[in-house]
Amino acid sequence: MNAVLKIVLQRLGLGLITLFVVSLIIFVAILMLPGGFAEAILGQAATPETVAAFNKEIGLDQPAYIRYFNWIAGVLQGDFGTSYASRVGYRREVAEMLAPRAFNTLFLAGMTAIIAVPLSVGLGLLAALYRNTLFDRAINMVSLVSISFPEFFIAYIAIVLLASPAVFNILPSLAKVDEDAGLWERIYRCSLPAITMTLVIVAHMMRMTRAAIINVLASPYVEMARLKGAKPWQIIVRHALPNAWAPIVTVVALNLAYLIVGVVVVEFVFTYPGMGKQMVDAVTARDVPVVQACALVFAATYIILNLIADVLGIVTNPRLMHPK
Amino acid sequence: MTATHEATPAAAGAGKAMPSISARRRRSMVGNAWRGFLKAPFSAKFGMVVIAVYVFAAIFAPWIAPYGEAEVIGAGYQPWSFQFLMGTDQLGRDLFSRLIFGARNTVGVAFLTTLLSFALGGCLGLIAAIAKGWTDQILSRAVDALMAIPVLIFALLLLSIFGTSVINMVLVLAVLDSTRVFRLSRAVAQNVVVMDYVEFARLRGERLPWIMRREILPNIMAPMVAEFGLRFCFVFLTISALSFLGLGLQPPTADWGSMVYENKMLITVGRLTPLLPAGAIALLTVGVNFVVDWFLHKTSGLRE
Repeated sequence: MNAVLKIVLQRLGLGLITLFVVSLIIFVAILMLPGGFAEAILGQAATPETVAAFNKEIGLDQPAYIRYFNWIAGVLQGDFGTSYASRVGYRREVAEMLAPRAFNTLFLAGMTAIIAVPLSVGLGLLAALYRNTLFDRAINMVSLVSISFPEFFIAYIAIVLLASPAVFNILPSLAKVDEDAGLWERIYRCSLPAITMTLVIVAHMMRMTRAAIINVLASPYVEMARLKGAKPWQIIVRHALPNAWAPIVTVVALNLAYLIVGVVVVEFVFTYPGMGKQMVDAVTARDVPVVQACALVFAATYIILNLIADVLGIVTNPRLMHPK
Repeated sequence: MTATHEATPAAAGAGKAMPSISARRRRSMVGNAWRGFLKAPFSAKFGMVVIAVYVFAAIFAPWIAPYGEAEVIGAGYQPWSFQFLMGTDQLGRDLFSRLIFGARNTVGVAFLTTLLSFALGGCLGLIAAIAKGWTDQILSRAVDALMAIPVLIFALLLLSIFGTSVINMVLVLAVLDSTRVFRLSRAVAQNVVVMDYVEFARLRGERLPWIMRREILPNIMAPMVAEFGLRFCFVFLTISALSFLGLGLQPPTADWGSMVYENKMLITVGRLTPLLPAGAIALLTVGVNFVVDWFLHKTSGLRE
């Protein structure tokens, strides 16, 4: 147990260092802003005074390391600075802009995970059970294809099939969600984006589940169970699955991390008011504080999910639990 | 491809006295390639044909396309007809022509980005593997840090700072993607660096570029070529996604990602036109993946 604790603590420490370095990278990016950025943002009519005021507002009159510490201290207290969209007498706090968006994205990602994880583990088990049959090959084919398809292609195919007069017209093609929409209304509106994201990540998870199970099936104790006369389904669920959990859990966590990238494009397709859409809009408007905040949140989530995958992989590995 | 390339100087060196030999050798090269193609499984054949068609369309776009790239030739959103094979887009440009020009622009930009990424990542990876020590540590840790951020998110951050343009996108993606190339080239080169002949070349006093090019590169070619295919797919999909988001290739350049976005209105009324450019992207990625799969099987000697 001690050995496991030590490894886990090591990983957590490494994760913290990674987070720090990533925050540094995201901050340093702003130092590379080309000259005349204030003029570009404020427009042609900007007077030298407003330009100077703007430069002071974004802190260009202070050395970089002080700005970094101010920024990171603010972030840790939930203050991401002010958007460039704010004007005199109209302050827009980045944190205020992001909070409802982050909730929406979390809702969509959670909904996707609830559908995708059981589905892919189940399908992976089936593929392992009926391996080398037509079913298995079909699943293999579908997963290769879905990995090669851009997210927006899958999204538009889903729209054609479920939200256009072409086939079925049962779901809304735009995921407009209001603040005060009820839970069911929200689920109904999110269904198409959630289906799309499910299709994007299911294939990979399913393939890895299948590979993990088949890997375990080659071991002697499974052979023993088979000789004993256990049914194929029993062998997989009772004997193989407990030892395959570690790789499966890791893959699930990694794919949830992958959702972060998928969410940007999918939210844009369905004009869903989430953080991904916000980030794209901010990039178009060159609203750097908002982009920075989004990048930091996305990157941190990505790193933390990877870290969780790592730690779960260690903790669920029975060999590490009982050191020789 | 590489084999024929290397054979040419050798054949030229043989002199003009024996043109028949070089001709025969070249013919057998073509024959070998053809026989290899016939022996390939169906999926690989399919992939190679797809790639060939795309390359053909990209090179000869102005001659194949019935109309110009940005030529307005009718009303917007025309249905499919013999005059406009796939209808017209939102401004009344022929969609079929733009699809063909898109092969040139989208695939061309993605290919260029991948080349740049390989030049950068491959060189640094080889240097790290040969130099070891501090150089290796610094490069590897820097790459670790950059890889902790998802590519698309990082690309969005950098594009918001440098502004959206094709050159910026190519440079940003090439740099970000080169981290993955660095990882692989360093790993495979490390296996080669410990060989006696590399040690010997070093003792002989050969310089770093010579060792990289003549001793190591030929021995890591197979995994690198396969990786090139996979990285191309990834870069291609990322560029399409960025263009779709309106942050990549800019109008009036014909580009598959932005074509999907520009024509998305048609989807909601049940017309399939916007799926065509998206399908063109998907088809090429599937094709390249098939060929890479087959190539990996062949070179790793798992089968056959």
